[in-house]
Amino acid sequence: MRVTNVDTVTQAFEESDKDQPWKELGLKEDEYQSIKDILGRRPTSSELAMYSVMWSEHCSYKSSKIYLRQFGEKVTPEMKKDLMVGMGENAGVVDVGEGLAVTFKVESHNHPSYIEPFQGAATGVGGIVRDILTMGARPVAVMDQLRFGAPESADTARVVHGVTAGISFYGNCLGLPNIGGETVFDKVYQGNPLVNALAVGVMKHEDLKLAKATNPGDLVILFGARTGAEGMAGVSVLASETFDSTGPTKRPAVQVGDPFAEKVLIECCLELFYAGVVAGIQDLGGAGISCATSELASNGGKGMRVQLQDVLLRDDSLTPEEILMSESQERMMGIVPKESLEAFEAIVNKWEVEYSVLGEVIDEDRLYINWGDKEIVNVPPRTVAHDGPVYNRPVAYPSYQDALNANSSSSLKRAENPAELAAQLLAILSSPNQADKSWVTAQYDKYVMGNTALAMPDDAGMVRVSEETGLGITIATDANGKYCQLDPQQGVKLALAEAYRNVAVTGAKPKAVTNCLNFGSPENPEVMWQFKEATQGLADGCLELGIPVTGGNVSFYNQTGDVAIYPTPVVGVLGVIDDVARRIPSGWQDEGNNIYLLGETRDELDGSAWAETIHSHLGGKPPIVDLKKEEQLAQLLHGAAIQGLIESAHDISEGGVAVAIAESCLRFNVGARIWLGDLIDRDNIDMTAALFSESQARVLVAVGREDDVKFQALCEARGVPCVRIGVTDKESEALEIQGIGTMQLNEVREGWAKALPELFG
Amino acid sequence: MPKIIVEIMPKQDLLDPQGKAVANALHRSGHNEITNVRIGKRIELHFDRAITQGDLDAAKEIASSFLSNDVIEDVVAITKED
Repeated sequence: MRVTNVDTVTQAFEESDKDQPWKELGLKEDEYQSIKDILGRRPTSSELAMYSVMWSEHCSYKSSKIYLRQFGEKVTPEMKKDLMVGMGENAGVVDVGEGLAVTFKVESHNHPSYIEPFQGAATGVGGIVRDILTMGARPVAVMDQLRFGAPESADTARVVHGVTAGISFYGNCLGLPNIGGETVFDKVYQGNPLVNALAVGVMKHEDLKLAKATNPGDLVILFGARTGAEGMAGVSVLASETFDSTGPTKRPAVQVGDPFAEKVLIECCLELFYAGVVAGIQDLGGAGISCATSELASNGGKGMRVQLQDVLLRDDSLTPEEILMSESQERMMGIVPKESLEAFEAIVNKWEVEYSVLGEVIDEDRLYINWGDKEIVNVPPRTVAHDGPVYNRPVAYPSYQDALNANSSSSLKRAENPAELAAQLLAILSSPNQADKSWVTAQYDKYVMGNTALAMPDDAGMVRVSEETGLGITIATDANGKYCQLDPQQGVKLALAEAYRNVAVTGAKPKAVTNCLNFGSPENPEVMWQFKEATQGLADGCLELGIPVTGGNVSFYNQTGDVAIYPTPVVGVLGVIDDVARRIPSGWQDEGNNIYLLGETRDELDGSAWAETIHSHLGGKPPIVDLKKEEQLAQLLHGAAIQGLIESAHDISEGGVAVAIAESCLRFNVGARIWLGDLIDRDNIDMTAALFSESQARVLVAVGREDDVKFQALCEARGVPCVRIGVTDKESEALEIQGIGTMQLNEVREGWAKALPELFG
Repeated sequence: MPKIIVEIMPKQDLLDPQGKAVANALHRSGHNEITNVRIGKRIELHFDRAITQGDLDAAKEIASSFLSNDVIEDVVAITKED
């Protein structure tokens, strides 16, 4: 039974002063007024639904837009050389050579994953995969960046179990390898876990697709899953207006995903692309049909005429407003030339994908949507999709910032004897943030598709994209919320530096950047200051490293009451490697390799894992970042990889040299003898700093004896400081650190491996 | 054996992928008279004595807070069998 009492454009003219629930839909009074100014009348309730959702922070980027522009401005022609599609599209596209292009993006699904962790995280994976597919690419891998509350809290277990199970369910069913990511625990994320999902896809240059409707007469086709009442608790205020008291009033706020439907949709879309029957395509995610119709029309500079009653529904009682806003998953909107309709139908029928023709592209700057014979939407598409409000929100230097920065870790008590140092090392290694993440990553399929060259626990994920030549891509993502709380501008550069370094240690060449900026409320000037600092830092950092930002996502309002999360800008770096067979592993494997520490070590323990784990302390200034040195280091590693001089390389970050050494041992169960005396003398630091300092631009490498001379010469030529700190000892099955003692690897492994299973197993 | 039976269904408005898959399979095997399928779960709570009103009240609480996920599911029936 179709809804009949709808608010029409005619009524909007006739009942011009009708009260409308703009406030309940999240619009501000001046925003409601500008809608009226644009239309020259009050909006219909369907138009109100569209504007309210498209002008929301999530869809319009109204608070972040003025800052995100820098990513497009702070670029050189050299940086743009390989960038085929930049900011603003569904995902950025980078030329990786051999006629292939790669598209990648991270998106947040934070709030849904707190309400319903399993489905929230699952549909987060589904959504980002469709973004990648929309560009014309075959999705080839996913990664997830997770931040949870305090590990011992009961609610954390609920979220952790749901989120990891949801990710593994959706990703494993799709048959996409999950090649890495992050798992971090901190009480600031208690009421606001962060679930960011990254996907990467590969295509031939000529298969690139854009979300555009440029050709009048082309058909607008919705295909994939049917539309139901999902993810639209917000719109129920409109529904309750339309329904009488007996009708459904409470619509679910969450979406349920169906990965098998998505898998079919992927294959169906790829076949449609290869057959050349779609002129433009857009996935349906947030804001559903409102977003897809207005963006396709606006991007193409054209209009559209749509019959909303032709949308295939799961439930006939849906109102037009609900249909426009529904976030049902696994749907796509295609723009299909009339002469290709038959070919289109043959392909979607073959895949048993349902579709319906909703209307056509018109040569007019107007989006007309009808409900039967009643016109319910008549708007300029650009005003919905792109010309939403833009805010320059007030910024204020946080009142707590100076005190936080003054409270440095220098007064914290340091270990006084070898036994205490050893105990601290084991404590840090078995703390949830440094411990083995296998409990999480073992739930994911890392090797499906057969192209995974590196995955967790390596520093970065690597997949082969050409089976003929071995061409591959590497992706690493990083964010350190503690560093960003201490200094957002520096903190985001540190995230960039670490992701860049993590790509470099695999032997790949860093090439492009994506991001997912997780912050508190933009209406809090202190949060806005953090955002301003972070975006500036990231844009400047990318310019300095010469790698472009290809796209990204902003997630605001991550806070509980007045308390915001730490600013958590996740930075993803994509690298390219000519042949994955030349990748550098992260752990030690051979007997008698010399272990070198590259880079300089300072006494930098503010915001470190040591300060957190041993002293529950956060304060001071984050480590110094020097991107020129990061670049030098990356070039050195790339050169050494090509010459095959390095047996392994491992990034040094949280937990310092101590954690890097332990992880290098545990990766393949190969022991080592370590002496830090030369390092301590050269850099004038103490044992605590040598072990736990988080100084940047440092990498631990293992070099075979036969390559030793060549390698040292290379370091000297490139001006990278290099000190030998030990030698691998395969037989010993122990880690001996001079001045601290000898630890059996199985003892080291025990605490590291059991931390997460004990909390969540 | 006395038991309390709790029946739980996915919320009416939400996609039920399992039901959809079964409906499609039924249609392929010719049962076109069936228009839709939704699949929920039946949970039995066993007792070794007669069931009291208190047990039923407790079962109601367990059903909504523990056995079902009220974000995506509804408890549709709680019955007893002696």
